[in-house]
Amino acid sequence: MSAVTLPAARPSRLKAFLARAFAKPAFVTGFAILVLSLALALFPGVLAPYDPLAFDLDAIQQGPSLAHLFGTDNFGRDMLSRVIWAYSVDMQMAFFATVFALLIGVTTGAIVGYYGGIADMIFGRCVDAIITFPFLVLVIAIVAVLGPGLVNMYVAITAVNWVYYARLTRAEIMAQKANDYAAAGRVLGYSDTRIIFRHLLPNAISPVIVYWMTDMALAILLGSSLGYLGLGAQPPAAEWGVLIAEGRNFLMTAWWMSLTPGIAIVVTGLGFSLLGDALADLLRPKGR
Amino acid sequence: MSLAPLLSIRDLSMRFTKPRSLADAVARRPRKVVSALNGVELDVMPGETLGIVGESGCGKSTLARCIAGLNRPTAGDILFEGESVVGLKGARRRAYNRRVQMMFQDPYTSLNPRMTVRDALEEAITVHGMRSGAAVGRRVEELLDLVRLPEGAADKYPHEFSGGQRQRIGIARALALEPTCLVADELVSALDVSVQAQVVNLLMELQDTLGLTVLFVAHDLRLVRHVSHRVAVIYLGAIVEIGPSGPLFANPVHPYSRALLAAAPSLDPAKRRRKPAIAGELPSPLDVPPGCPFHLRCPHAGEICRREKPALRPAGAGLAACHFAEALPGA
Repeated sequence: MSAVTLPAARPSRLKAFLARAFAKPAFVTGFAILVLSLALALFPGVLAPYDPLAFDLDAIQQGPSLAHLFGTDNFGRDMLSRVIWAYSVDMQMAFFATVFALLIGVTTGAIVGYYGGIADMIFGRCVDAIITFPFLVLVIAIVAVLGPGLVNMYVAITAVNWVYYARLTRAEIMAQKANDYAAAGRVLGYSDTRIIFRHLLPNAISPVIVYWMTDMALAILLGSSLGYLGLGAQPPAAEWGVLIAEGRNFLMTAWWMSLTPGIAIVVTGLGFSLLGDALADLLRPKGR
Repeated sequence: MSLAPLLSIRDLSMRFTKPRSLADAVARRPRKVVSALNGVELDVMPGETLGIVGESGCGKSTLARCIAGLNRPTAGDILFEGESVVGLKGARRRAYNRRVQMMFQDPYTSLNPRMTVRDALEEAITVHGMRSGAAVGRRVEELLDLVRLPEGAADKYPHEFSGGQRQRIGIARALALEPTCLVADELVSALDVSVQAQVVNLLMELQDTLGLTVLFVAHDLRLVRHVSHRVAVIYLGAIVEIGPSGPLFANPVHPYSRALLAAAPSLDPAKRRRKPAIAGELPSPLDVPPGCPFHLRCPHAGEICRREKPALRPAGAGLAACHFAEALPGA
């Protein structure tokens, strides 16, 4: 090494990114909500004060109190515990209902976006066909065929949802493909797989990740809707949609039965949305 | 020169078919065809720098991309060391591109923004198995040294460099494969004039020390004159004149070369011209005129120019494609 003083070790990109991220209130709020949600989802047994399935027939439909912060339901089950136990189901839904759509959609979109031609045309028509149907109606129809339950719900949502990821990825890949570094990759003799997945995709993925965040919020809403309709999670399992459905007959007398899981949906959805928005800001390229 | 040419381009044509609109398809109008290259004939000798000049839209870049294998020509042939390299696939294409590399115009899009210089160079080296193990890292340092990038550049990302430095990274990336021939497509036209000189001089030096053959595609005449041994002037997708750089710039034969050179600005007030050197605009490559492609704008055009496309034949110190090459005043 020469006598020239080298600049101090440069902070890694991740460190710089996190520093910028945690300076953003939206990111911090969203992140905090999601960390809390995740903790509740992973350790409901530790954090819930009562057994979510234990009846207490001496405490039926009690309003919020110190003993039962969120009140109790028509079987005397503690609503707070039920809402907390529902976190593991709903956070699972947020993840599993979207992650396969993400993987399938990104791969398909990247490939048709890169090659274009006939494959792209066929893909385009398939996408048109799928998005012509109202999302919820199509998902309900698929669940109706497969039968209710969480796994079938994941299958149904994935079957419809992947096209949104694919469309987004396809457009981004096509934009990136026009850059000279893609042509340079070809001249350098790189394989198409290498060019698509190592060169183009890392530059195309940011908007997809942002969309994924918002989509997880939508997946919770959709999962709860299906739960409410009796097509998703099945009672007595605690799931926010199911809980709201159970409370709907008692809306005038025991409003907390529907309201507290509703609040949980809103807060968690807000967390995902805030994080998604903040990421969209952070990942926007600057002068590159 | 008695040597065999490194690259021979034979009657190369490239047509891009424009998609037809529905109305055109219903009316059965023919598809519109852009003729970017119309029968290019070119020999590139080993070790020389061949400049390729012409107006915007004359097909310079298409020619460069065809040679690099990015575009597949619609007709004609490209021979590298005597073997056709049109439409190569897989391993053979990789082997060809190891010998013939290309450098791109835009320093801001020709490097992957998410890869450090080291990643990009190591990738090129390892994909082609140029080195293995610890030698890869040493080769990266060697390449950076070769293009005179500062120490510590390896672990930076492209956006941390200036335009000129990025073009030098592009050169290093091309050199990673130890090619025989470099195609430089408007290598410096996106750079400041002061930086242009640095990059061009570096390229000339590398050519000297590594014995490279360079195809230097540019619209900047000064630059081409500075770097090239020979120069080809291209008009509407065909070469109109080709010859040694000095004589061609001093005494161009083809009327188009004359006009092009006369259009270049001069610092000498005595040489200031009053009239535009050339009238009209480049005809649309959608509708290439028959006969000599230049006859619509040529002050010397005669009857034969409207009918017959002239072939390249010896004129002046090189070759020119003009029916009146010998007869023109001052040739």
